[in-house]
Amino acid sequence: MVSQPGAHLRVVSDGAAGASGIRISGVSKTYRTRDGDVPSLKPLDFHINDGEFFVVVGPSGCGKSTLLKMISGLLPPSSGEILVDGKQVTEPHGNVGIVFQNALLLPWRTVLANVMLPIDMKRLPRAQYRQRAMELLKLVGLEGFEKKLPWQLSGGMQQRASICRALVHDPRIMLMDEPFGALDAMTRERMNMELQRIQRETGKTILLITHSIPEAVFLADRVLVMTERPGSIAAIYDVPLGRERSLDVMADPAFTQLVQQIRKHFFTQSALD
Amino acid sequence: MAESREQRGASKLLNAVWIRPFLFLIFIVIAWDLTIRIFHIPQYQIPAPADVVAVLWHDWPELLSQSWPTTYATVYGFLLSALFGIPVAMLIAGSKTVESYIYPLLVFSQSVPKIAIAPLFVVWFGFGIIPKVISAFLLGFFPVVVSAVQGFKSVDPDMVDLARAMKGSRFQVFCAVNLPHAMPAIFSGLKVSVTLAVVGAVVGEFVGSNSGIGYVMQRSIGTFDLPTMFAALVILALLGVILFWVVDRIERLVIPWHVSQREDLIIAA
Repeated sequence: MVSQPGAHLRVVSDGAAGASGIRISGVSKTYRTRDGDVPSLKPLDFHINDGEFFVVVGPSGCGKSTLLKMISGLLPPSSGEILVDGKQVTEPHGNVGIVFQNALLLPWRTVLANVMLPIDMKRLPRAQYRQRAMELLKLVGLEGFEKKLPWQLSGGMQQRASICRALVHDPRIMLMDEPFGALDAMTRERMNMELQRIQRETGKTILLITHSIPEAVFLADRVLVMTERPGSIAAIYDVPLGRERSLDVMADPAFTQLVQQIRKHFFTQSALD
Repeated sequence: MAESREQRGASKLLNAVWIRPFLFLIFIVIAWDLTIRIFHIPQYQIPAPADVVAVLWHDWPELLSQSWPTTYATVYGFLLSALFGIPVAMLIAGSKTVESYIYPLLVFSQSVPKIAIAPLFVVWFGFGIIPKVISAFLLGFFPVVVSAVQGFKSVDPDMVDLARAMKGSRFQVFCAVNLPHAMPAIFSGLKVSVTLAVVGAVVGEFVGSNSGIGYVMQRSIGTFDLPTMFAALVILALLGVILFWVVDRIERLVIPWHVSQREDLIIAA
């Protein structure tokens, strides 16, 4: 094991192993408040492979969103370093697409213009990416809604538009913070299927945060379980299911077993909201 | 088809925005007239509606020419409050330090009665338009700042983060996210401001001026010419309504996407 550096990494896609993907080494975060320092994240060490679907589950307030902000470069870590494709993150690098729990579409922009927001921010040629935006909207089933304003769309459709917005500038990484938390259960399952399909088709590296353990196991290649605040890694699980998954997989013994196993973490912690 | 269209036209007329307040206004005028007749209220206390209308009719050219200075003062004062109010709000919303220095003083300045310091402007700037404009500006400024600050501050921080994560510069993010988001609040402030600017201009004219509707009112009170005074009040109200309407129209052009404008979209669709 020692002789081959990087051999312990489970490389999903090609490319230089170790350099690609997201490397988190010794990253911690402490917020300074008037009442003193509040530790949010204990030093974390893990690596997300290029093209991997990586899901983080954990109780509320364990610093999951903080982690996401640090990877996108919006928030500097208190210690340690974050490498995205071998480059250290010190400021927003634009190589991410972000999806929040709320679709956060700008109400004055049409659906298409909302999807084009990253293009405007990054000053990329609009004409060139317009076509791509249209194709993405088609991919998520929003063809014909390009000229509509966000309030004319249902919650699920808005969230799909926000996924297009996260993909339009073709980032390597998608960061999703409880993206389907505000949707009803049925829409949520459908969105899970769609997200899986999008990930297979685009090959993006996805870091998704969720409260739902079944959702985590259903979507993930690997699941990271976090402890209560200050967050640290409780365990990382490989999901022993094939990459092509239908909803039937939820009845698979391997699936239910893993869900049970992850759930135990929270029962011993006695804090899952 | 033609019949139903006609019906729709009639109901549209009844439902038109202006018809209901107009009907209510007629009701008030009738009640006013009846009250005077029933209780025999003398003319030097409250003039009859007909007398006011007569004054409006006969002195129309004079009233119109006097309403121009008031209008100018109001509009300049209002534009100044927008011109200064919005950037000040941006500074207050953008920086905690600026807010801690300026905001309390701004609120404090609001408790100073403007009418009490208005003579000061006459001392400084004479009897021209400037004291009136300053007075209109001082009354219109505060609502713009308060509303705009609230508008700028209510932006979802996640939305700003999203734009910043795409490498948007501070200025880009401000133009794409913060400013449009604050527009509805800014406009609600501007609407309050424009009506207060009318009051401000008249206060300026009360204190020291030889032209404008405020001057006409001052003069007619001095001679117990109440019909003229009421006619001046009507003109002032009209001026306020017209300016409010203009701002409202501009708002519809600038933020057609906002909740307050959606009803029209649905009806049109």
